[in-house]
Amino acid sequence: MVKMHMVAALNSALRHTMSQDDKVVILGEDVGVDGGVFRVTEGLQEEFGKERVVDTPLAEAGIVGSSIGLAINGMRPVCEMQFSGFSYQALHHVIQHMSRFRQRSNSTASLPMVLRAPCAGGIRALEHHSESPESYYIHAQGIKVVMPSGPKDAKGLLIAAIKDNNPVVFLEPKSIYRSFKEEVPEEAYEIELGKANVVQEGSDVTIVTWGAMTRATKKAVEELGDVSCEIIDLRTLWPFDIDTIVKSVEKTKRAVVVQEATRACSLSSEIVAQIQERCVLKLEAPVKRVTAFDLPFPQFALEKYFLPNTTRIKTKIKEVVDF
Amino acid sequence: MVRKEIKTCSLEYMQVLTQDGQVDHDLYPKELNEDKVKEMYHLMVLLRTMDEKLFNLQRTGKIGTYAQAKGQEASQIGSGMALKEEDWIIPSFREMGVFIARGADRKKLVQSWNGDTRAYADMTKAHALPTAIPIASQCLHATGIAWASKLKKEKSASIVYFGDGATSEGDFHEALNFAAQFQLPVVFFCQNNGWAISTPTSGEMNSETVAQKAFAYDMNAIKVDGNDVLAVYKATSEALTRAREGQGPTLIEAETFRMGDHTTSDDSSKYRSDELKAQWAKKDPIERLQNYFKAIGTWSEDYKTWVEETVAKEVEEAVEGGLSVEAPTYKQMFEDVFEGEMPWMLKEQQAELEAELQEIEQRSQATGGGNK
Repeated sequence: MVKMHMVAALNSALRHTMSQDDKVVILGEDVGVDGGVFRVTEGLQEEFGKERVVDTPLAEAGIVGSSIGLAINGMRPVCEMQFSGFSYQALHHVIQHMSRFRQRSNSTASLPMVLRAPCAGGIRALEHHSESPESYYIHAQGIKVVMPSGPKDAKGLLIAAIKDNNPVVFLEPKSIYRSFKEEVPEEAYEIELGKANVVQEGSDVTIVTWGAMTRATKKAVEELGDVSCEIIDLRTLWPFDIDTIVKSVEKTKRAVVVQEATRACSLSSEIVAQIQERCVLKLEAPVKRVTAFDLPFPQFALEKYFLPNTTRIKTKIKEVVDF
Repeated sequence: MVRKEIKTCSLEYMQVLTQDGQVDHDLYPKELNEDKVKEMYHLMVLLRTMDEKLFNLQRTGKIGTYAQAKGQEASQIGSGMALKEEDWIIPSFREMGVFIARGADRKKLVQSWNGDTRAYADMTKAHALPTAIPIASQCLHATGIAWASKLKKEKSASIVYFGDGATSEGDFHEALNFAAQFQLPVVFFCQNNGWAISTPTSGEMNSETVAQKAFAYDMNAIKVDGNDVLAVYKATSEALTRAREGQGPTLIEAETFRMGDHTTSDDSSKYRSDELKAQWAKKDPIERLQNYFKAIGTWSEDYKTWVEETVAKEVEEAVEGGLSVEAPTYKQMFEDVFEGEMPWMLKEQQAELEAELQEIEQRSQATGGGNK
């Protein structure tokens, strides 16, 4: 075990998979010499060479479109979008091809590729640097979407994502890149995609969350003190782990969904709908949500009002528990 | 202080065979012989006949929307015959001739125009991708496939097909830039058929040619008479050889004409004149080869009849085989999405559909066959 932050854990995951499988290649803007603007790929070009860690021209569609071709022809590309807010220049490749190439080829060609992107807010970044775009990728269909909540999970999930034969969008919340360290095993390990993590067991209310909101939720729950909260970190957003959610809600009879993304037509919408369909007679309160507001992400002077915070999480938990 | 010319660009144009059948012996591809050119003729007639047949099948509701290749036979057969088995074909949606030249199962080609993705399974295994409808997006997949070939040190090239309209898309330019930057073994083959639905090439670009766009990327380029199967074959062979030998990508512009509509949903009489069509009819690629055989004294009515009769049988066989395939089951659309275990939501949704179909079936049996 080594104490490390999430950037180092992700770097370690990439190093392990590149050492084990020479089909794994990294491509993106500034990922080579510079090691990525957040340094996730630092040192990898030195270790694995310019052919496998490629500084590409500045063109997101070029990066994702080429990665699709690389994957069709037997490679396992891990491409980096410098910020998820720039990934939209490649969204047509995600929707038109990455999501459906296996279906179009009648299961002949899967696309074993990972699209990594720093996402979400909280670091007072420039415009287009702070969105939580997971729903766009979920709506594309045919893609697994993963978001880690800390260093240890990040390493295991990224290794599993690269080894998966399906296309995976791997979203990394920037605000927790370096904000805390965890004990992370030095060896390679996988965390199964599609399985949620019960971060904390409890009996009064289930809180479903993911990404950076997992940490915010833990803090809010600590501050509340006298409520017994069961916290579920989804880890994989699509296909998410319905069994763990239902099992927990049947026990606690109450639920809150906490996400950093905006509200309408979001993953929280689907989770609430699924809880309602499966647990309605067990519920003792409406299922509530803590989300960002349904607004374009404001420039950072107003970010603190826009993003969910521990106060809002506590309020919703109390509303649901006291209903 | 200095002000001077620092770069000049020049572009070659190639025609090997004139419309009246005169061949330039210096340019005639050395690896070709009469049998091979006769095979080209046979396949061009096959393509045109199958194309007309599929058009008619759409009109009678037997297949879905169809995009005709009529007029582009030389571009498709000529380039397709230059390919080796290990090369990759990355098509748009009008390249049936390339698949025919490659020796793809013609029954599967018919099946593919019937909305059935099972047709693409064997083709994909044989390095020929399914149709890509979003314009120019496939150019980047070709770049990536070629990139993988290079990384794996395989001696195979990729060829990607697109039209003049596609050169307005960003993906085309990103693909050329990546391919040139990393010197990838890919051939960009533009069938400039004059029209992007109703927009003429002059409405797509201020550039005099498509081929010159390669200059911006310091990439090899050539413009050829796209109705001259020998010129198309030669230019494509040379480009593929360069690609396989690590000498980088090429942009080929084959100037041709879409004699039919954009697709069976289009009516081109709304935007182009009969005179224009008549002008291009005089440059018919199949007639040009006939003129060539006449000029070298190997043409006969018997041969013409033999080709027509053979092709009629081949097309009949392809259509009968392609349309007699049992329809795919609903399970396929669920199963073909994720590799590995099907996610719970897809399992549940498949079960919903299954229950619905069973209910319809039971009701149908109860009412003696009517779905009321």
